[in-house]
Amino acid sequence: MSNGTWMIGHPDLNLLIGLAMGLNLLALGSSRLPSMIRSMSVQGMLLGLMPLLLEAGNLDWRIFLVALATIVGKGFVIPGLLRRAMRAANIERDIQPFLGYVPSLLLGAAGTIAAVALARALPLLPEHSGSLLVPGAIASVLTGFILMIGRVRAISQVCGYLILENGIYLFGLLLIHSTPLLVESGILLDLTVGVFIIGLIVDRIQRAFDSLDTRKLNTLRE
Amino acid sequence: MSNLLLIIVPLAGAAVAAVWPDNRTRPWLLPVFGIAHVVLTFWLFIDPPPVAPGDWFGFDPLARAMLPVVSLLFLVCAAYGASYLRIRSERPNRVFVALLLAILGLLSAGHQARHLGLLWITTEAVTLATVPLLHFNGTPRAFEATWKYLLVGGTGIALSLLGSFCLGYASLHGGGEGNLTFAALTAQGAGLSRPWVLTAWVLLLVGYGTKMGLAPMHTWKPDAYGEAPSIVGAILAGGVTTVAFTAILRVRAVVGAAGEGPIADRTLLIIGLFSMLVAALFLLGTRDFKRMLAYSSVEHMGILSIGAALGPAGVAAALFHVWSNGLTKGALFLSAGNIRRAAGSPSMDDVRGISILTPRSAAIFVTGMFAVTALPPFAPFFSELLVLRAALASGQGVATVVFLSCLLLAFFGMTRVVFAIVDGRPSPATRSNAERFVETAGVIAPPLALLGLSLWLGLFTPQILREAWRAAVAQLFPIP
Repeated sequence: MSNGTWMIGHPDLNLLIGLAMGLNLLALGSSRLPSMIRSMSVQGMLLGLMPLLLEAGNLDWRIFLVALATIVGKGFVIPGLLRRAMRAANIERDIQPFLGYVPSLLLGAAGTIAAVALARALPLLPEHSGSLLVPGAIASVLTGFILMIGRVRAISQVCGYLILENGIYLFGLLLIHSTPLLVESGILLDLTVGVFIIGLIVDRIQRAFDSLDTRKLNTLRE
Repeated sequence: MSNLLLIIVPLAGAAVAAVWPDNRTRPWLLPVFGIAHVVLTFWLFIDPPPVAPGDWFGFDPLARAMLPVVSLLFLVCAAYGASYLRIRSERPNRVFVALLLAILGLLSAGHQARHLGLLWITTEAVTLATVPLLHFNGTPRAFEATWKYLLVGGTGIALSLLGSFCLGYASLHGGGEGNLTFAALTAQGAGLSRPWVLTAWVLLLVGYGTKMGLAPMHTWKPDAYGEAPSIVGAILAGGVTTVAFTAILRVRAVVGAAGEGPIADRTLLIIGLFSMLVAALFLLGTRDFKRMLAYSSVEHMGILSIGAALGPAGVAAALFHVWSNGLTKGALFLSAGNIRRAAGSPSMDDVRGISILTPRSAAIFVTGMFAVTALPPFAPFFSELLVLRAALASGQGVATVVFLSCLLLAFFGMTRVVFAIVDGRPSPATRSNAERFVETAGVIAPPLALLGLSLWLGLFTPQILREAWRAAVAQLFPIP
């Protein structure tokens, strides 16, 4: 990494990551599904802008493609699918979550602090040491877990899963110079197909159980 | 390049199935492409193509030791599938047939992937492709199982991607280029950053362990195996889990090259023993004979993990066990499918006297149960004996005791369920349901063939197979 054209500890980048971390907390604290989906969609768009900032010195078509695909996919297509599923199910809020909004918010805040501490414990390359990429990634993964475990609605759990994926995407930005385009596009493709299938399943569950309450999904147990 | 045909041919088959107009003849595409795949695999098995270190896909010794059994299992399941889908001709099978063939192509790609990112993409694609197969029956219970599979499996696959990135960063931080081929990572060896290698190991073990179904990440398995058609269960248990095991073995070799092999082995041993224990305890409690197969699968994944922890001899035994478990479990799944259709229920509370109603399936099921619980002279007996020997040779006394006790408990648990449904007099309801099910050659010959293969593998393990396993071990443990 001898070229000095890029600096991953870029202040603008850290601003975007900080915003993304704030959106994590917003998603954790929101009881209404539309605002949760909005947090996730804005976070996806911020994530799409990051490769452009990282590579400001040497922009080429492949960086543009990754950025465009991320913004369209994470910012519009996926949230759109979820909004459609939400309207079809005619629900607006997550009823009585397993984990209340205030406890999950507190847990998320504690997780964010722990993420910063944990990121300090891991060795980083000099050009990454001033960056929030690793703490942001860990915090988003934790947020995703809290939502997936703590919420009742299938749509909220999908949101949690996507925030977890966003955390992994943040971490992947550390490797933007070494992960070939094939791998990147494969990952994006898988994600899109995955959400498409999740959307279908949500639709089927809705029809089969007449609700999107995963507490009704409890016939199978020992 | 001939090895790429293993991926291309089944994917082409999937495309043909997707456009094939006739619902009644479409299932025959399964055995047709299954035969083509087996012929190709065994041709390459006998005459392995050269593999360059930088290749992203390669029929290397590890792929050679694993892929043939997946191919064989698929062919037998395909033959069964053609009969099964004829019984269920009321349902459209376009998606089912196309996705099964796509899964065969993706499994071939996963076993041959020599690049961490490609391995991840294929595993993720297999996960997504199995989803519509799981809810083929369209019942609410099947959707529930699918939802859990997506949520648990999706989280696992996400963590393994994070682990892959960590391994890439271990290479960057150690002064490498972040090249994610296994050859480059192994070559960098001790140059990889240790803290990042260990972080990556934990995440990759949890991630691919979820796909394998190691406890405590096994929770999707009983639901998925319990609700999916048996042919899907057989391919999940004998095919999809082996790709995850291949992934763990390849990553373990990188961790070993980085100098952290002992820690990796200890975690593999603990997670393997824990899986066996959890499976044995649940086997003592379950009342559903399809869920029983899932817990048995968790137990055998534990055995694979223990084998992988015990150095070269253990890994060789584990590769043998991949074969013996895949073939035997396949026979159990397919005969369980017959019994489930005839009995109309998967629970031992409702089903009795199966030996009267479907005598042939019941005989295969009972024999398969004895085979999978390591009764000689079936293959699992010999492969588990080799795992045991490797454990004793490396001085793992406590592990050996736990291993043997779990095998015994699992034996009690399984015989309890199996004899409850086989013995006794069938209830009138079961009897009238079973009258609609005929044990044709199409649904009896495939599980019988798998059972025969398991017996043959135990009695006369071919020399060429033993050499293939030895070559795979030599690939994973290069002499410095």
